[in-house]
Amino acid sequence: MTVKLFDAKGTPLSKQTFTWKELVQRPISKLDDDAFTRVRIVLMNGIEQQSNRFQHACAWMNGELRDHLAMVRRIEHHQQTLINWLLSPDHSPLETTIAYEQVAIEVTAAIAQQEPDPYLAQVYRYGLLEDFDHMYRYSALLDRVEGKDANNILQSYTDIIPGRPTVEEHRAPADDLVNHYDRVLASPISKFNALTLVAGEYQTRDYYMNIGPSFADPLARQLYAEIASIEEQHVTQYGSLLDPGETLLEKWLLLEANEVYNYYSCVESETNPRVKALWERFLDYELGHLNFVINLFKKYENRDPAEILPDRLPDPIAYQSQREFVRRTLQQEAGLRKDGTSFVGKEIESPVSQDYRRQMNSQGSPSEAVALDYKWRPGTELNKRAA
Amino acid sequence: MEKTNKLGRNRTGIDMSPIHSKEMISGAETLTPPTQSDFPPLMVIEREYIEEGGTVGSVPVPGTMKGVLKSTMEKMTGHNPEVLLNKMGERLAFERSGVRLYEAFIIKCESINLPTPISLDILQQFRAEEEQHFHTIKNAMLSMGADPTAQTPDADVVAVASMGIQKVIQDPRTSLSQCLSALLTAELVDNAGWEILIKLAEGLGLEQITADFVKPLQEEEKHLQTIREWYEYAVMAEAGKKLTKH
Repeated sequence: MTVKLFDAKGTPLSKQTFTWKELVQRPISKLDDDAFTRVRIVLMNGIEQQSNRFQHACAWMNGELRDHLAMVRRIEHHQQTLINWLLSPDHSPLETTIAYEQVAIEVTAAIAQQEPDPYLAQVYRYGLLEDFDHMYRYSALLDRVEGKDANNILQSYTDIIPGRPTVEEHRAPADDLVNHYDRVLASPISKFNALTLVAGEYQTRDYYMNIGPSFADPLARQLYAEIASIEEQHVTQYGSLLDPGETLLEKWLLLEANEVYNYYSCVESETNPRVKALWERFLDYELGHLNFVINLFKKYENRDPAEILPDRLPDPIAYQSQREFVRRTLQQEAGLRKDGTSFVGKEIESPVSQDYRRQMNSQGSPSEAVALDYKWRPGTELNKRAA
Repeated sequence: MEKTNKLGRNRTGIDMSPIHSKEMISGAETLTPPTQSDFPPLMVIEREYIEEGGTVGSVPVPGTMKGVLKSTMEKMTGHNPEVLLNKMGERLAFERSGVRLYEAFIIKCESINLPTPISLDILQQFRAEEEQHFHTIKNAMLSMGADPTAQTPDADVVAVASMGIQKVIQDPRTSLSQCLSALLTAELVDNAGWEILIKLAEGLGLEQITADFVKPLQEEEKHLQTIREWYEYAVMAEAGKKLTKH
């Protein structure tokens, strides 16, 4: 299937309605559904959350667009509700965390490979190795605190091995910034990639900030505090990719187009027919939003949206195990560090970041403590003697 | 009716994706380097927080030191009647939540064909008894000048422990035997709770309160016995075996 952005009008806003029963549907099965169905659900929750967040902030700064934003935002909110409520209640917060990190790894790896700009691809590979390490730390926590195997969630698609050690990921704020793409020169897919990843990281940050205090175990509370801090760094990192020279309407246009692109990617790969039908429905909804914003863009900016949007959508995000790419990146780039917006070798890492990290780790490191001598094995590390 | 044991495409184990699993296992084995860390280990961090102390909260001071509590406090130097107050608060909260547990379970049972001997009438009776037990405790607390609307520390903690029980029974996807297993957990704890409550009241010489608590314990024993039997029946029925009487 190909989607032509300027031809497909999608569902008109007036027809995008919901009921409470529709919003709260039978959830997916934690045990039987494919892990990538959950990956898509988690990511699309983040994509919708980002739309909501942007549209609120946009309304704070633009009186003319307030009514239009309120109208679209309510629909986006209900889309997010329907999607997020597909997660079943037997997921513990820590199991959902494992799913969030699987999203971060598999989606970032796919995006890093489809990114045409070498610098942006480097940014993604850098973040990838950090989220990859979070998976290892949280898996150790799940094993050692809840007595559960993270692979029950991962279904063997995603490795549980150390990445760039979390204890070394803490950086000074200025070293989290990267160079933004150029709004004129960057290809549409580069803009979509950046928007997708900042959405994923932002929702992860918010999720950890919400559920962190619900843990009783002091080490779990510390680990969530530590990794939430890295996710905040990642939001800074990926957020700084967006060209600040884009107008509000240009950004809104891109966000809607990216939502179209993401739902299209979900439709193309979904294996659960019931969930696929939801992706198809929301693809049409987003085409409706895009069409609505295209008209606003023409009206208020007197510009041709074809300056910004591609005629056809790029190839969809590849929802599949990215094990080989991740391992190769790990082998080649785990030693990279930051100095301002540059990626540098360990030995010339920014001294400001080193000072910052020394301070943060001076009373212990939860991510080191939880995974001391941890090696994942099927059925948890207690399963050692089974063989 | 029962769907607990349906065979299907459960994807959680390594056998469901042999190629991926093989790579994952060998990767974890070869790519997890030995840990070199100077940071304090897990146990040290946990202990630090435990040693820092703190509690979930306190037993509320009775608003009016009256009746039996006043005389008890005067008589029982060296005893701690606040333990009884804390435990009464716990039982009150548990019984109140127990009413809601039974209500949720009854809704589920009404929507399926219940196999004999599981009976909606008996479930309604148990629900009513849980509510009566709540009132029995409430009246005992009032007679001591204690505030039955306060949440005592043990009431808080037992509610934390019960969170999973509620989730199992409330989840529309859970089966009869899964719910009965959760309910059995609740009834086991409830029985032990009433037993300790009676011992505490007896120890403080509270004759009337001790006497008032006997009937709830007897009824809870019946709940436990019944739920245990139903649970066994439901599981054995799934296995295609008849339950033999002990």
